[in-house]
Amino acid sequence: MAHELPKLPFGPTDLEPFLSAETLDYHHGKHHKAYVDNLNKLSAGTPIEDATLEELVKTAEGGVFNNAAQVWNHSFYWNCLKGGGGSAPGAALEARLSGAFGSFAAFKEAFNKAGVGRFGSGWAWLVKNADGSLAVTTTGNADNPMRDGATPLLTCDVWEHAYYIDFRNARAKYLEEFWGFVNWDFVESNL
Amino acid sequence: MPKHELAPLPYAFDALEPHIDAKTMEIHHDKHHAAYVANLNGALDKHPELFERSLDSLLADLSSVPEDIRTAVRNNGGGHANHSFFWNLLSATGGGKPAGDLGDAINREFGSYDKFKELFTAAGMTRFGSGWAWLSVDGGGKLVISSTANQDTPVSDGLKPVVGLDVWEHAYYLHYQNRRADYVGAFWNVINWNQAAKNFAKAQG
Repeated sequence: MAHELPKLPFGPTDLEPFLSAETLDYHHGKHHKAYVDNLNKLSAGTPIEDATLEELVKTAEGGVFNNAAQVWNHSFYWNCLKGGGGSAPGAALEARLSGAFGSFAAFKEAFNKAGVGRFGSGWAWLVKNADGSLAVTTTGNADNPMRDGATPLLTCDVWEHAYYIDFRNARAKYLEEFWGFVNWDFVESNL
Repeated sequence: MPKHELAPLPYAFDALEPHIDAKTMEIHHDKHHAAYVANLNGALDKHPELFERSLDSLLADLSSVPEDIRTAVRNNGGGHANHSFFWNLLSATGGGKPAGDLGDAINREFGSYDKFKELFTAAGMTRFGSGWAWLSVDGGGKLVISSTANQDTPVSDGLKPVVGLDVWEHAYYLHYQNRRADYVGAFWNVINWNQAAKNFAKAQG
């Protein structure tokens, strides 16, 4: 069964002024779509043709992994964003973040530091470890924390293509403005 | 020894238009390259005796760099070396084909200039994420094509670079967006084969 490019869960201008319609057009319509198309090309007529995306993210290698994980990572990233801007995490989630990181502000700081510190292309994550603890981590290129048995709760794409049109080289500013558009209901649903 | 410095671009920001646009060159040199230089110096400040060593000698033997700054030197030292190398390899009057010893060596090693271009382009296109495509001379004096991730340099693998192409998205995104293939194609119009020939001669020596 062919993998499909999901529709964006918001309109093309709904993330402005954080991310422009032009960025979304390229990021979703070209980059995300290319990963879907490449994955379908690589899997058609092969034993992995009927594998779920999550199975491939957890077990595949090489080009299949890169494309499958990038399909998954991008779909997850879009769901982490809220059209019109986000609000704040609910009380229960905020308490868990404060418990894990000292305060909500300290959590954001740790996440931003992880995202800025990821050299090259990759992703910043908030994850729930197998033991239930929350942690901030980053992965390079297509890598995904599910490979290490963790459950992704929130991600921010720090490939340059995610922010270069709107922020140029200023990755730190992109991460700063990311917080205004986080879909905390989605984050909480991943717990 | 003084700290590492960002040299000015050897041409105007718009010199490589329309193949590489002025805004890209400005941000690439004044922001990205400048940050690598600043971060390299910041790392070396913790071990100032390393300012006595050339950047190439540090990159050629990363295991000799103290562990607490090794990754920073690899990333930022590599970024400084790679970009300095890259700017000199581009020219408003570039393009054409390599002549002389380098042209002969390319024909000998790869069969033809077109075949070399095809293999080098494939190296740049298949580098997943951020990185570089390279033509280098190996320890036996042979030309080899490779790619490196992020700011890793062939120098760290005992190779001597002759041609390098930055395929980080920041190198082309403003003008080419997701179309890396078009950017790699445009590179052949601005490559400075005279500089590549000098790199080749130096690598032989």
